[in-house]
Amino acid sequence: MLILAIETSTLQGSVALMRDTGLISEYTLNIEATHSERLLPSIHRLLSDAGLKIGDPDGIAVALGPGSFTGLRIGLSTAKGLALASGKPVVGVPTLEAMAWNLPFCPYWICPILDARKKEVYCAIYRFHQDKLETIMGARSLSPQALLSLIREPTVFLGDGLVPYGCLLKEGLGDNALFAPLSKQGPSAANVAELGLWKLGRGEVVDPASLVPIYIRPSEAELKLGLRDKGG
Amino acid sequence: MSEFILGIETSCDETAAAVLEKGCIIRSNVVASQVTLHAPYGGIVPELASRRHLENVLPVVIQALRQAEVQLPDLGAISVTAGPGLVGSLLVGTSMAKSLAYALGIPLVAVNHLEGHIRAIFLEHPELTYPYVALVVSGGHTHLYYVPEEYIYRLLGRTRDDAAGEAFDKVAKLLGLGYPGGPAIERAGAGGNPKAIAFPRSYSGNGSLDFSFSGLKTAVLYYLEGLGYKIQRSGETKFLPPELVADIAASFQQAIVEVLTRNVIKAAKAKKARLVILAGGVACNQLLRQHLRKGAEEEGLEVLFPSPSLCTDNAAMVAAAGYRRLLRGERAGLDLNASANLPLC
Repeated sequence: MLILAIETSTLQGSVALMRDTGLISEYTLNIEATHSERLLPSIHRLLSDAGLKIGDPDGIAVALGPGSFTGLRIGLSTAKGLALASGKPVVGVPTLEAMAWNLPFCPYWICPILDARKKEVYCAIYRFHQDKLETIMGARSLSPQALLSLIREPTVFLGDGLVPYGCLLKEGLGDNALFAPLSKQGPSAANVAELGLWKLGRGEVVDPASLVPIYIRPSEAELKLGLRDKGG
Repeated sequence: MSEFILGIETSCDETAAAVLEKGCIIRSNVVASQVTLHAPYGGIVPELASRRHLENVLPVVIQALRQAEVQLPDLGAISVTAGPGLVGSLLVGTSMAKSLAYALGIPLVAVNHLEGHIRAIFLEHPELTYPYVALVVSGGHTHLYYVPEEYIYRLLGRTRDDAAGEAFDKVAKLLGLGYPGGPAIERAGAGGNPKAIAFPRSYSGNGSLDFSFSGLKTAVLYYLEGLGYKIQRSGETKFLPPELVADIAASFQQAIVEVLTRNVIKAAKAKKARLVILAGGVACNQLLRQHLRKGAEEEGLEVLFPSPSLCTDNAAMVAAAGYRRLLRGERAGLDLNASANLPLC
């Protein structure tokens, strides 16, 4: 079983190839450039370095978000096209859950946070029980202050939300705020591939046509219209 | 190259895919409209458009193939709109087109949306000769080009503010006619007097062929306020008598059509072009078609416009434009990006 994984939730774009026997290759690039320009060239390079062709993977795993709306749509639209052309099944993997797998067996709470702009972060809280990941709080969008108030025990934070809010978390939580090492901070397509392989094995495939990101937030316009209709 | 080309278009609020045979026979032309999605907002909401494109794009491509009775391996190439347009919307189409072309191992070509609109005419009039003057009028564009030969586009004039279709949308909103404004104004104005109100005809000076429509919208607003009507916070005016709405719609439409027609004919005469092509969604407007045809006939010019389904955004036009560029050896790479302001030149 060979899977191709796509992760475009943040500027840290990542693609990976994994067999059920191990990781073949992962390519990660964290630069200020659009995924539109680098995603397919990355996939092509990954495959050709591994001596493989686009028809070889048995399935495609794609990170569903939350994260950058545009980045996610580029990843998902690319996955849809590859699935249509190859006829291979697609599985979707939640971004924050895949990020938690940067820290397997960690005894503390794990809290991936991504900068959601508008002074909020996309976040979730998980904890490992040996090799099983338990969700303590599902993905949502919160102000850093609101997130702080939910943390009651030592928690490892990771993700690009630490760049703007790391100091604030440290000040508010003191010794309870732990930060993952830089190399374990970002979303990884290898994790998406591994979670994708399990899903593929369990038959949890999705219809590529109906595949949509986990946006968390409605669009600004929908929010404004809702306010207007309520007379606000 | 196999004889079938798939076109994909997602630059604004229509998700479209089409299959052409030999670059000119339309085997399918599927358009998923988002009009009802954006109607409550009185205009297109870019984030909502992007979301809907992502939901629509695969079903629309599959439907286009099915209607064309063409299998994926039969495709010889893919053509996609790379700009101009809403970048989030464009990216859904380019990402789909690139991954399909890559996985199928077939050439990809990128098309300018405005060239697509102009090339639509060749689907119904393949024998057209150069030079010509082309006006692309839609909700997002008002561009006047001189086309001396294939692949060469000289911009003669463009709107300095609102696109013509945008002006229709804004005035329709003021009159409480809903969205989209083009067809709504046309319907409402059908029984009105086009000479009832002398709205300003704005022409740019110094021989410029540029357009400006924001003043016209403001003139309608002032006219309503002058009659004592209050514009609601939603941008609509309430309790307007239907006869007044009909007269304003007819007079507004007359003003916009006169300005468009005058500049097009002026451009054709200046460039000594005998042919005028009208394209884009606003080219569906019957008054514009009639007025331009009449004005052109007086000058001995020929006027052509595509059928309405090829005037509004569609992917057959994108496939048609892409086919010609493929023949010329053009190819887009895997790093193709979308561009909101892609120039046509």
